[in-house]
Amino acid sequence: MELLDVSLVNWSRLQFALTAMYHWIFVPLTLGLGVVQAIMETIYYRTGDEKWKNATKFWMTLFGINFAIGVATGIILEFEFGTNWSNYSWFVGDIFGAPLAIEGILAFFMEATFISIMFFGWNKVGKGFHLTSTWLTILGATISAFWILVANAWMQHPVGMAFNPDTVRNEMVDFWAVISPIAVNKFLHTVWSSWIVGSLFVLGVSAWYLIRKREVDFAKKSIKVAAIFGLAASLLTAFSGDGSAYNVAQKQPMKLAAMEGLYNGQEGTELVAFGILNPEKESYNDSINPYVFKIGIPNLLSFLGYRDMNAFVPGVNDLIKGGFDTENGVALSFYEKQEKGKIARQALADYKTAKNANDEVTANLHKEKIEANFDYFGYSYLDKPEQTIPNVPLTFYSFHLMVMLGMYFIALFGVFTLLSFVKKWKLENINWLLWIALLSIPLGYLASQLGWIVAELGRQPWTIQDLLPVNAAVSSVSSQSVQITFFLFLTLFTALLIAEIRIMFKQIKKGPSLH
Amino acid sequence: MNIIKNVYVFYKDGFSKMTVGKTLWLIVAIKLFIMFVLLKTFFFPDYLKTNYSTEEERANHVRQELTK
Repeated sequence: MELLDVSLVNWSRLQFALTAMYHWIFVPLTLGLGVVQAIMETIYYRTGDEKWKNATKFWMTLFGINFAIGVATGIILEFEFGTNWSNYSWFVGDIFGAPLAIEGILAFFMEATFISIMFFGWNKVGKGFHLTSTWLTILGATISAFWILVANAWMQHPVGMAFNPDTVRNEMVDFWAVISPIAVNKFLHTVWSSWIVGSLFVLGVSAWYLIRKREVDFAKKSIKVAAIFGLAASLLTAFSGDGSAYNVAQKQPMKLAAMEGLYNGQEGTELVAFGILNPEKESYNDSINPYVFKIGIPNLLSFLGYRDMNAFVPGVNDLIKGGFDTENGVALSFYEKQEKGKIARQALADYKTAKNANDEVTANLHKEKIEANFDYFGYSYLDKPEQTIPNVPLTFYSFHLMVMLGMYFIALFGVFTLLSFVKKWKLENINWLLWIALLSIPLGYLASQLGWIVAELGRQPWTIQDLLPVNAAVSSVSSQSVQITFFLFLTLFTALLIAEIRIMFKQIKKGPSLH
Repeated sequence: MNIIKNVYVFYKDGFSKMTVGKTLWLIVAIKLFIMFVLLKTFFFPDYLKTNYSTEEERANHVRQELTK
């Protein structure tokens, strides 16, 4: 392929990453805090205790601030698809159409309808109806996330479609296949980890009140709910994280190799619990040890990835060289995949030529060639094997830091759950622990962002796994225009974030008593 | 008619009694204006729809891009 302006690809990627990461500051808090407030309202509904109503209204106000500032920030990603990633958008249009349409029509309108009852309906509708509206609001937001994550999962594992060489589009042939186990696991992992963000937020803000010796009863009630819910969410996230690792091993083995810094595969592979990568390692096929230091747990990666303590886990070199056994036969090398990709790509061009000449017989032969080799279509755009390797240090450290934070959250919520139930330990007197809770608020966001870095940077160079790399997916626009809009977004999103933080701080300082 | 009136009053009351909400609605309005009117119109035209008028032309362009 004619070499595209590398800066255009990089700026387009950087802009997408910026908008996605900013968008993801708002979303997890909406998903997590929404459930916390619904749980509190449920307790109010069951007990009739006005203190729970007051607590619900306070957290609902903070939920509203986050929701209002964050709403529609994700639509910018769709703008970018149409402008900067037009080849990609065209290539996948039909697949994305259905999930995103359902997201827009069903989930968004459900959310929009019930959110007004949730905010305006206190004392105007029945308690039961109000509670239902609160749950349906957060259910709408969660369903909304589901369809977007289905679309994302399809990019990681494209299934349920057939490529149409006439329209140059992938067309959905099996809707239910698109909702793959990978999509379901991705949804659960993302939503459950967002519950952690919401729980940490409630825990941290409540800890701040206790540090200031304010709103003690409210804060302790909130901590109890956040700690129990956060502990459950952390355990569920760890459980679904195991599912994610299994899926990555099956469908994106190069990502798994990067996550573990694994260059040479072996049977009974250890899981690196902690490690420091060797910065001197410059190439996948040099003889330099990839680690300066590591602590590994024997055989665990084989078990997590293949449910077999002695399974062979391919490393970067194995994936490039091929030749090892897989469920689907012997793995192909990079060059074999590249050759197949080139056959499919040439056949796509020849198919059109034959069609223009009204030569249906030849066109059908080319169509068969496309179908036979389409699984490796994207490899035709790659020149060298190293282009298939994501940024190993970034993927490795993001993954390991995320896992460590996940373990930390389990411990943190566990401690606060315990303290919530043992009355003789006065939580309000353990200042150092309260400070830890307060300072842990940003760690939830960090872990959530790291998860996306692993998911998205770890699958580079692909926009669609094996089918379309980033350099073939971009539009022929000038990189300067992408740079301009990058800085426009940076300004807009930063302004929104500052507005959110200021309004939030103001409301938190006011406290729940005034609600 | 009563239902429509009740819904109208519900929303009218809700909006008029908002405190934080008024600032938030202002931010939302400014944000949506910037996003949909300024950014979408001037900086984010749909590349294929702007440059090609039919679906066939768009498909041919993408084919050219992918097979060149």
